[in-house]
Order: sequence, then C-alpha cells, then structure tokens
Amino acid sequence: MSDLSALDHNRDAGFGDYLALLKPRVMSLVVFTAAVGLLVAPVGVHPYVAFTAILFIALGGGASGALNMWYDADIDAVMRRTKSRPVPAGRVAPSEALGLGLALSGISVVMLGLAANWFAAAFLAFTIFFYAVVYTMWLKRSTPQNIVIGGAAGAFPPMIGWAVATGGISVESVLMFLLIFLWTPPHFWALALFMNSDYTEAKVPMLTVTHGRRATRAHILAYTLILAPFAVATGFTSIGGPIYLVTSVVLNAMFIAGGWTLWRRPEAAAEADKYKAEKQVFRFSLLYLFLHFGALLAEAALRPWGLGGW
Amino acid sequence: MTDQRAPRTGFPPEHELHRRRFGRNLGLGLVLAAFVALVFGLTIVKITNLDHAQDAPGVSGGSATTGTATARTATARTGAATG
Repeated sequence: MSDLSALDHNRDAGFGDYLALLKPRVMSLVVFTAAVGLLVAPVGVHPYVAFTAILFIALGGGASGALNMWYDADIDAVMRRTKSRPVPAGRVAPSEALGLGLALSGISVVMLGLAANWFAAAFLAFTIFFYAVVYTMWLKRSTPQNIVIGGAAGAFPPMIGWAVATGGISVESVLMFLLIFLWTPPHFWALALFMNSDYTEAKVPMLTVTHGRRATRAHILAYTLILAPFAVATGFTSIGGPIYLVTSVVLNAMFIAGGWTLWRRPEAAAEADKYKAEKQVFRFSLLYLFLHFGALLAEAALRPWGLGGW
Repeated sequence: MTDQRAPRTGFPPEHELHRRRFGRNLGLGLVLAAFVALVFGLTIVKITNLDHAQDAPGVSGGSATTGTATARTATARTGAATG
C-alpha cells in the first residue's frame, strides 16, 4: 500500500473528468434543440418517454464528444482553449476516453431504440458516426470546409427529436436541421477570427489559416445571407407562426448586419479594439440560435390555447 | 495532501488517492442506480401504454409492435400536415 505514494496523484481522474469528456456545454445545446424538435412535432409523446429519449440523445452526443477527445488529444494539447481537457492534461488515458465513448454510444443508441423507435436510434447512431469519424477523423484535419460539413453533426439533434415523436422526417425537421447547419459556419468562423493563433499552432486547416481573414469575413457574410431565407421559411410551416416569424426576421436582419460589419472591417481595426465586433457577432450567434428554437417552442406551447401557429 | 487526522481504528490515514477514487466510485454507483430506476420507469410506462392499447376498442390481442404502429401513424399524420 505504501507504493501508492509513488503514483502521480494528479493523473488520477475524478468523476468530473469523465463528465468533462462528454462535453457538457455541447450536450446542453443538444438537449435543448432535441427537446424542441420533439415538443414541436405534431405527435404527442408520453412525458417519461420524451424525457428518456432526450437523455439518451444527449448521452449519444456526449459519447461522440468523448470519441472526439480521444482522437483529437494531440490537437487539444496544443490549443490554449482545450489543453486543460482531461486527456491532454493527462488525467484520463486516451484508451479510457475511447472505451467510454464506444460504450456510451452503444448504450445510448440501444436505449433510444427501446425507449422511442429504431428509426430515431439509427439516426442517433449515424450522428455519432458522422461527428466521430466523418468530422473528427477525416474532415477536421483535411479541409477548411471542416466546419461546414461537420456542422451537420450538431444539426441532427432536432431531427432526432422529431423522429422520436413521428418516426420519420419531414419538411419541418429538415428546416430545423438547416437552421443549425447553416448557422454553424458563421458561428465558428467568428470564433476563429479571434482565436486564430490556436488553430494555426494546432495545424487545423481553419478557413482563417488556409484562406486568410478577408476570405473568412466574406464567408461569414455569405452564410448569414444563405441562412436567412431558410430560417424565415420555417415560420411558414406547421411549426411556425407569427411569434417565430417576427423573431426570425429581426434576428436574421441583425445577424446579416453583424456579418456585414465584419466583412467591411479592416484587419487593423479589429486588432486595435481586440476583435470587439467579432466577439459580439460570436455571442450574438448563440443568442440567435437560442431565440429561434425558443420561438418554435413558444409557438408549440401556445397552440393548446389557440394562440400559437397559423 | 494526505489526511492528517489521527486514525481512530488503528489503520493508516486515508490516502488522497483513495478519497478521489471513492468519489469516482460513488458517482458511478449513483449513475448506475439512476439508470436502473430509469429503465424500470420506462418499463412501467411501456407496459401501461400497451395495456391501454389493448383496452382500446377495435384492438384484439396484444402486439409488441404497438410502438412501430404509432410511429407509422405519426409519419402518416406528419406527411398529411406538411403535404
């Protein structure tokens, strides 16, 4: 027993370290968007089944996060933002992260299938595969479009939530997917504009590194313009309504204005005020997504009183 | 960071490593207990719903595919709503 003192105490993981492998902040976004996808669907789900389904969708998201941390430990160790994560910090062995990720993937998919339906479970399995293999192992290190295509993984949860309730796919769920899918590039590129050195050091081919900041600024504006019609169009479907439509029009106008500001901004001005506008657009993008899904939820919540929807 | 408190049982003071592992084991134990409770609750809900489905007029005999049937109906309804 006395040999224990010879061990490096800092390397022994606590429960919180395993929890951190699941990327709780990303999980919270998954929970929110999946819950909205499920709640706005035209088919009612037993509250307990809905609760467990969302829990296992979140667990699946967490599992893909653990797989991402296993594979990306070398990149995470270089980047300031991620070097204190459990694997690069040496608190959790890479093999443990891999084991946890694989085990939780299996558990979450099987349990979602048993709790809801196998279509939703297969969708979750595909999402985990897409994030862990297509994005993490393939796209992230090979193309500056990594964020664009990889963003699909984060956009699937509302579709899975919808599939839990309806057992299928529809125009509404595809539009919810597009809302997150097209929102992801301007969101991450705004972040990349003021965290550029991290990606350069880690040799991750972010657009800012491969094509420069000017091109990234143009891309941000382009994506806010492409996103707007799809976001607003959702307002005219069965899950939309006046509340959503007004919210969406205002938010998209503001997002485009933010994209325009970033596009017009010379690099010297950005450096002079320490990327104030870039940080503002990044923070606003979070609010943008939250309020869009919040408005969809409001429409669904008001529907029983004849107020929500068209 | 070893525990400096005097041992009452004659055992050496608890090592910090053990304390951290205890936290980890406790956490895992609680997660497993919650999982068991969750599955138990899900079973109750599924069985209750199945009973309701069997009691419904026009339904003869139990079917393990009630969930799939509900999903199909839902898809059809969604299709009607969007189409």
